[in-house]
Amino acid sequence: MTEEFLFVKKLVDKHGTHREVLMPILQTVIEEKRFLSEVMMNEIALQLDISPAQVYGTATFYTFLDVENRGKYVIRICKSIIAEMKGKKEIQKALENRLKIKMGETTPDNMFTLLETNDIGWSDEEPSMLINEMPYTNLTPEKVISIINELQQN
Amino acid sequence: MIDITNRNLKKTDVIFGECGHKDSGKLPILETIIKKEADEIIDEIIESGLKGRGGAGFPTGLKWKFCSMNPVSEKYVVCNADEGEPGTFKDRDILLKVPEKVFAGMAICGHVIGAKEGYLYLRGEYLFMVPKLNAILTWFNAKIKDLGYDFAISIRRGSGAYVCGEETALIESMEGKRGESRNKPPYPVAEGFRNKPTVINNVETFVDVAMIQKYGVECFKKLGTQDSRGSKVFSISGDTLKPGVYELEMGMKLSDFVDEFGDGDTKAVQVGGASGFCVPRKHFAETIIGFEGIPTGGSMMLFNSSRSMYNVLLNYLEFFADESCGQCTPCRVGCQQLVKGIEAVKSGKKDADYLNVLLKLTDAMKTTSKCGLGQSVANPCSSIIGNFVEEMIY
Ligand SMILES: Cc1cc2nc3c(=O)[nH]c(=O)nc-3n(C[C@H](O)[C@H](O)[C@H](O)COP(=O)(O)O)c2cc1C
Ligand code: SF4
Repeated sequence: MTEEFLFVKKLVDKHGTHREVLMPILQTVIEEKRFLSEVMMNEIALQLDISPAQVYGTATFYTFLDVENRGKYVIRICKSIIAEMKGKKEIQKALENRLKIKMGETTPDNMFTLLETNDIGWSDEEPSMLINEMPYTNLTPEKVISIINELQQN
Repeated sequence: MIDITNRNLKKTDVIFGECGHKDSGKLPILETIIKKEADEIIDEIIESGLKGRGGAGFPTGLKWKFCSMNPVSEKYVVCNADEGEPGTFKDRDILLKVPEKVFAGMAICGHVIGAKEGYLYLRGEYLFMVPKLNAILTWFNAKIKDLGYDFAISIRRGSGAYVCGEETALIESMEGKRGESRNKPPYPVAEGFRNKPTVINNVETFVDVAMIQKYGVECFKKLGTQDSRGSKVFSISGDTLKPGVYELEMGMKLSDFVDEFGDGDTKAVQVGGASGFCVPRKHFAETIIGFEGIPTGGSMMLFNSSRSMYNVLLNYLEFFADESCGQCTPCRVGCQQLVKGIEAVKSGKKDADYLNVLLKLTDAMKTTSKCGLGQSVANPCSSIIGNFVEEMIY
């Protein structure tokens, strides 16, 4: 029995196999594994008795349901016009320099992935970003570096 | 909380406060409400003049009436907490500060239409709230059960898709599918979640209903104007010294708003988010914020004269191109072509006349797109290009 089989089995035991549970299952995989591997999506299709195309089709529709490898910490910088006005570029530069990766990339140790995303609901406290599900707001270049330092010590 | 100084603006506390009353917002109202007839509640909501706070402004009482009249026995209540419109964050504050009022509004709706289940569709960006909201729901669901009332609320989460704020796309997403908008009609009140009659309202709308029931129709009706009753929660951002969430009386003049929130150099205000309208300084005095003028789901973005309106429009168009669900050609291709088009004019590859071609394209999108996303791209385009044409070219 593969790890993926057991992982999905546990979720199916909890949620059932109705089509409606697909989203909660995909979301749980993201929370715990950070991305949906092909093996995982096939396993979900098998156990929900739907086609892998339906699983893949649903997953790729949603920004947060990543189907490519992601690090332990997925950083999503807000790119709204307000964020841009309040210094999004400087935040992006600080993160790129600190992590030595470009937007869209993952660090070689698989710790951090750097992405952009649309408005995350903090236009009153831009610049902002999400790290996994946690929002960080009123960012400055110094602040993001200390956030990264702290996460690296965990 | 920062105070308001402009005398023509009225700060209200219907949503966050006690609406002028002293007792806490913790809702002993449900006891009395479940003894009330559904028709009586519907009549009161219609009488209050409440219109949906999510942007489109459909009369809430009528929506509930249509759903309650439907003879199908299985029905659903859905609270739209997708809040994806750029520059909007007021539902975030409502859910963080007064979630029990939102849940009370949903329970009242369940009683009125005869639903046993309610869902809060929460955007993926607000995942951090889930533990707290679930804890409150455990308390809340137990409380309504104690009252002998068969209704329970649970959370369904989004995963980052603006179009899922559109009510039929939201339903598709709740059903575990791609969030692609459905054709309307049928409307959700006839065929919604699981193809059963469903009422979908914005977070703030549910709170308004709860407050109308708690403090009476008059308390609500005395605020606002003939066409725009009550108060509105605004999300204020951009070039302002006091960004944040403010609850103000409906029907204010934009000039009073700018006087209060602007930085002294306001060039334009984008009312209603990326899908809303841009109002330039010369029209501030004659613009009313409300259903008789420019309605807004709450997003108010201020821009001062140091800002390029070309950058603003480009950012909005890239947003739409990202978020178009791709189902219909005018929207999918149109959004991409608009981005390319304004870039080509700006760089001189196309001459200024080309902007008219782009505006014609947005007109076509308005009439041929399947849902509000593609239909409303014309709003920012016509209002920003129309008022700041030089900035688009030079
Ligand atoms: C692209 C798009 C996004 C929308 N996003 C939201 C949203 O985030 N929240 C919301 O309440 N309504 C949103 N709406 C409006 C909903 O479709 C629907 O009209 C609303 O939830 C009804 O509630 P109300 O009458 O209380 O406003 C959106 C509409 C469109 C076309
Ligand atoms: S208008 Fe755009 S978002 Fe709406 S259904 Fe068509 S492609 Fe999808």
